Amino acid sequence: MCGIVGLFCKTDTHRHELGQLTAVMLREMRDRGPDSAGFAVYDDGAGNTRITVLAEGLELQWPPIAAALENVLGAEVTVRSVSDHAVFSTAGDGRAARQWIIENVAGVSVLSYGTRIELYKAVGDPDRVAERYDLASRSGTHALAHTRMATESAITTNGSHPFVTGADTCLVHNGSLSNHNQLRRLLEDQGESFQTDNDSEVAAGYLAWRLRSGETISEALQAALNDLDGFYTFAVGVADGFAILRDPIACKPAVVAETDDWVAMSSEYRAIARLPGAADAEVWEPEPARVYVWSLAS
Amino acid sequence: MSRRWDLAETKLREFHRALHASADGEAFEVVNPRGAHAVACGIKAAIDVTVHGSVGYYCAGMHQRGTVLVEGNAGTGLAENIMSGTVQITGSATMSVAATGCGGLVIVGGNAGARCGISMKGVDIVVGGNVGHMSAFMAQAGRLVVCGDAAADLGDSIYEAQIFVRGDVESLGADCVEKEMRPSHLEALQRLLDSAAPASDGVKAADFRRYGSARSLYNFHIDDVDAAAAALQEASEVESWRRTIEDVDAAFAARAASRHISDEPDASELTDIDAQPEADDAAEPESLEAGR
Repeated sequence: MCGIVGLFCKTDTHRHELGQLTAVMLREMRDRGPDSAGFAVYDDGAGNTRITVLAEGLELQWPPIAAALENVLGAEVTVRSVSDHAVFSTAGDGRAARQWIIENVAGVSVLSYGTRIELYKAVGDPDRVAERYDLASRSGTHALAHTRMATESAITTNGSHPFVTGADTCLVHNGSLSNHNQLRRLLEDQGESFQTDNDSEVAAGYLAWRLRSGETISEALQAALNDLDGFYTFAVGVADGFAILRDPIACKPAVVAETDDWVAMSSEYRAIARLPGAADAEVWEPEPARVYVWSLAS
Repeated sequence: MSRRWDLAETKLREFHRALHASADGEAFEVVNPRGAHAVACGIKAAIDVTVHGSVGYYCAGMHQRGTVLVEGNAGTGLAENIMSGTVQITGSATMSVAATGCGGLVIVGGNAGARCGISMKGVDIVVGGNVGHMSAFMAQAGRLVVCGDAAADLGDSIYEAQIFVRGDVESLGADCVEKEMRPSHLEALQRLLDSAAPASDGVKAADFRRYGSARSLYNFHIDDVDAAAAALQEASEVESWRRTIEDVDAAFAARAASRHISDEPDASELTDIDAQPEADDAAEPESLEAGR
């Protein structure tokens, strides 16, 4: 089943409380996906690339890893740990850093990289996941979160959403893809690397691949309508924006609400009902097979 | 004298207990529904319920006799399996409005999403705006009236339900065709429109076109015999594959038994579901199907 929420602040009004509002929305979607949860928050960015990694069940010393990464990138690397996650920060090449960590730090998964995104996920009650990684205290421009009821792959932290495979590009998915194995092989031939056997990670990789070839998120999602087979409601975050796509059959629910200050989407209205100004928001259901994009620039 | 329920303070279940114990003629006002599921489900008495705000899935499901008015929007399955009475919302509804509805009247002031009136069996549905794709899919009886436009595949595999659309129809589904609007249809449609105000205020029956079943799927056509034979052939091949798979499964099971392999899951695979607190409304039986 799964629950999706996304919140995009069009103005400064709610950016200081983005995390708190996202946590409220996530809580409402808890019983759609009690297995596990995750969230991605986009902040204003300080210029450096941040790489969020997961070291579930490991006792790692981060500074020596940061030092080794520094040698590889030829740029300074700092690191801070957040529970079983760690966030590296560097002016060096984020994609190279991601690849180096995947290949050289055993048992560690790279959850995200980019100048604006940080991403946290864990197995268990979504409320507790939000608490453990302090979602409520975070500020920023937009956030996506997900509560998971696993169908296509096991209940693991790595199988939890959101998924990121490209810089500042993240995806949450309600549904299931049926051609993800074939697509994974095709994308691996194109240089994408995957860390799970999850169908949604393939969708994230697909978008990352399209974006890297110079397409806009709107073009990439339009192409996804042809190339992805299965059921989906996607919410996608990019550095400066937020997008939604539903498959043509549109079995998976989605509702959008918009005010002068924010755009919110969720699997169900009750996640939106608790936002400030929700009663006066324009509320509508995204049409099947239509790409919706909001961006900070517009 | 109506009784007022604030769902921000009262549990939905408490409200429903009062609702289901009510007698004909009583009235209820509900505030702060905040998208809750299954609000005002299972009404059997001739009562009036007004909900101020938007509701979630399956609002006024299995409705009989009474009236439910929602001042707001509704999620999936509004008035699902309605038997009689009236359910009206001022805003828009998402998927599967009045699915399998057997009677009564459902009025949507705004738009309705995909599969509006799916498998309807006698209900009348009036939509002030547009309807989504696959509306009136396998509709058996009753009337779907759309004051706006209808998206793709309207009336696919329709039986004897009637569809009236004032605006554009993107495409008709299999076996659905436009039909002549006779004086009796105009008269009956106008009566229905008049009963569905304000969603259909000032709307004239003469502006609608009528759609229904071509009835070509009702009987087997001898022209299709080759296709049927091919399908049977394929089915028998599938059957032989299924038997092969069963044989392999049996062989594995026998081998596992001979090695005393246990089917018990490893303890590490058991998640801590028991340790997790229940969501506030996890016990609400009406949310069982919410949002698959």
